[in-house]
Amino acid sequence: MIYTQSPLAIALFVTFVLFVLGLSFYLGRRTTSASGYYAAGGNIHWFTNGIAFAGDYLSAASFLGICGMIATAGFDGWMYSIGYLAGWMVALFLVAEPMKRLGKYTFTDALDSKFNSKSIQLTAAISTLVVSVFYLIPQMVGAGVLVQPLLGLPHWVGVCIVGVVVTIIVATAGMASTTYVQFLKGALLLVCSTIVVGLVLFRGLGTEPDQGGTKDYHKFHTLSATVVDGDLQVDGYQVLAGLDSEFGTAGFVKLTQDGQDTVWHLTENGTGSYSLEEALFVTEMADGTKLFNGSPKEDGKFFAVGHIKEITVDGQQIAQTGPLGPFAYLNKFKDSTVVLWGKKYVKVGDTTTSIYYQKPTPGSRILRPGLKFKVDNASGLDRFNFISLMLALFCGTAALPHILIRYYTVPSQAAARKSTIVAIAAIGFFYILTLFLGLGAMTNGVINITDNNMSAPLLALSFGVVLFAIISSLAFATVLGTVSGLIVASAGAVAHDLMDNFLGMNMTDTGKVRAGKISAMVIGAIAIYLGIIFEGMNVSFLVGWAFAVAASANLPAIIMILFWDKATSQGVAASILVGLSSSLGLILISPDMWVRYGLLPQDAPIAFNSPAAISIPASFIALVLVSLMTQKKGAMVEDAAEA
Amino acid sequence: MGHGPAVKLGKDNAAAYKSKIGISMFIVYTLTYFGFVVINAAWPTIMEKIFFGQTLAVLYGFFLILFAFVLAIVYNHFCTAAEKRLN
Repeated sequence: MIYTQSPLAIALFVTFVLFVLGLSFYLGRRTTSASGYYAAGGNIHWFTNGIAFAGDYLSAASFLGICGMIATAGFDGWMYSIGYLAGWMVALFLVAEPMKRLGKYTFTDALDSKFNSKSIQLTAAISTLVVSVFYLIPQMVGAGVLVQPLLGLPHWVGVCIVGVVVTIIVATAGMASTTYVQFLKGALLLVCSTIVVGLVLFRGLGTEPDQGGTKDYHKFHTLSATVVDGDLQVDGYQVLAGLDSEFGTAGFVKLTQDGQDTVWHLTENGTGSYSLEEALFVTEMADGTKLFNGSPKEDGKFFAVGHIKEITVDGQQIAQTGPLGPFAYLNKFKDSTVVLWGKKYVKVGDTTTSIYYQKPTPGSRILRPGLKFKVDNASGLDRFNFISLMLALFCGTAALPHILIRYYTVPSQAAARKSTIVAIAAIGFFYILTLFLGLGAMTNGVINITDNNMSAPLLALSFGVVLFAIISSLAFATVLGTVSGLIVASAGAVAHDLMDNFLGMNMTDTGKVRAGKISAMVIGAIAIYLGIIFEGMNVSFLVGWAFAVAASANLPAIIMILFWDKATSQGVAASILVGLSSSLGLILISPDMWVRYGLLPQDAPIAFNSPAAISIPASFIALVLVSLMTQKKGAMVEDAAEA
Repeated sequence: MGHGPAVKLGKDNAAAYKSKIGISMFIVYTLTYFGFVVINAAWPTIMEKIFFGQTLAVLYGFFLILFAFVLAIVYNHFCTAAEKRLN
């Protein structure tokens, strides 16, 4: 509706996927050992590994989710960028070198390096699988979101393409091809995003986002209405739902003119008259049929949004700034008034109407927290929820299995450290770019307000279809790469941790590789299934939870094994179990999940959505208590630093 | 049971020193990060104040990203020097 398929975009996408598959087969011929499959032989250069880290980490959540969130909620979206980056400091200062020193193929190896404990092998492998699956769902959903505008294919086809391609990649070459695909993708993503940001700055800020003169922006209308004998009257329009209707109660009216229905946001002028601001609306009937601005999607009545209402420079209102530097861009943005979009639901019988209405907001208000997270006049619980989320982002990175296994692909501890620093530089730079990509989308009339995940690719489209094709292919490759890493991590958990170590199947080197490849195919099939059934779920929604689960289940165990010499195997296993079950349990009874069960969020047993501030301390406490209780029975850990 | 590094690693005599400075720098960055989080949660309007033509929120955000990179470089410098000295 907002975008149409381009042959160039399709050609570029197909070329990219075939290239990735070719690279995979080429590298796959050289992978015959378990060390080669799970850890790329441990001989990847630290710079390559660092950029591959960035490739792994800058997943659909970063590229699609964060840019979309900044485009609709400003600074609050950028808080995710800051939190995700800060998490790398935990990885660098506390985890990188010890992980390299202690582990072999999986993070379970590092946890179990001093114990050889069945309980650790089992709990850590389960934790790896749960976190990886949580992380896989949004990636697969992101793939489905991308193929709709890119290839014109339905959601499930996108999920299947990613699932099949990634499973082939992983089942042929393992960590080596995953690393080089991630390196390539990470580097290209940085270069292309920098180009888009350069173009955004060159275009500057303007009140008429006509995409460089190539596409007219929708002209929003304002109407006047009066009340006569209790009825609303608008010149030239017939009122379908007035002040006393469900629409009126919610602050809207529904009008019609020449057979075309429209919805308007009401503002009372105080003298019995109203001004009506044009709104967008999506109507969903009982049979699932959806109308966009009163018409089927194919009619193209729905349009992209995102514009500045006023730009003030030196006390004067101007229409266009011209090219700006990055700091001047933010400075001028701060002094502008930008139209953001509120959302309300109106239910009449079995028909639900989602209404998107204009909310002019000062730029300075957008460039500070509070539009998404409730921090102004917030209750203690609101603040707790916010702090808990920021804690999960901070602690989650160093506990993500697909990130941790990358420490085994480099030859030394110094290389592990240096590759983390390269990752911090690359990811930090990209996260600075996300601010400009998001604000660029917010002000260039490119946001699909029903699904902001496509904001960054659609911003690229405003500069031409070539850039859109490249950025979309890269976004798809982003999903491919991240899913590859997650499936390798999951396959390692099943074949190496569970089958070889926990069940003691004593497989040969070739057997371990075969088991890993079969596991990869099974997990790939599960990921495809989950990606299809979770269609419509916000891409960044589950990623925040994946961070919370990873931080709760894995990080306390990693930290305490490294820095507390009284930790026992029972304590570590208890910590993983408590962290995993408490974070999952709190998520399942959270208000956000209550909505997904079709219940009212206020009826949920708890009033917060982010479990980390409870589940991380609970996991630490479980480790300390159980370790102290099992000092005589459990094996004492020598200081890992002395290993 | 298949544990131990994927490649053979030599003994690292600088490990204890690196761990010590890693913890110190981690504490410094953690305090800076949670300072940012607490101000955002408790006094969000302070983040709208303008310094050097930008909101404090934007300046603090940029600072956290750049500070992470600077600390990482400093950490690597000390670690590399210690590895040369002690190994």
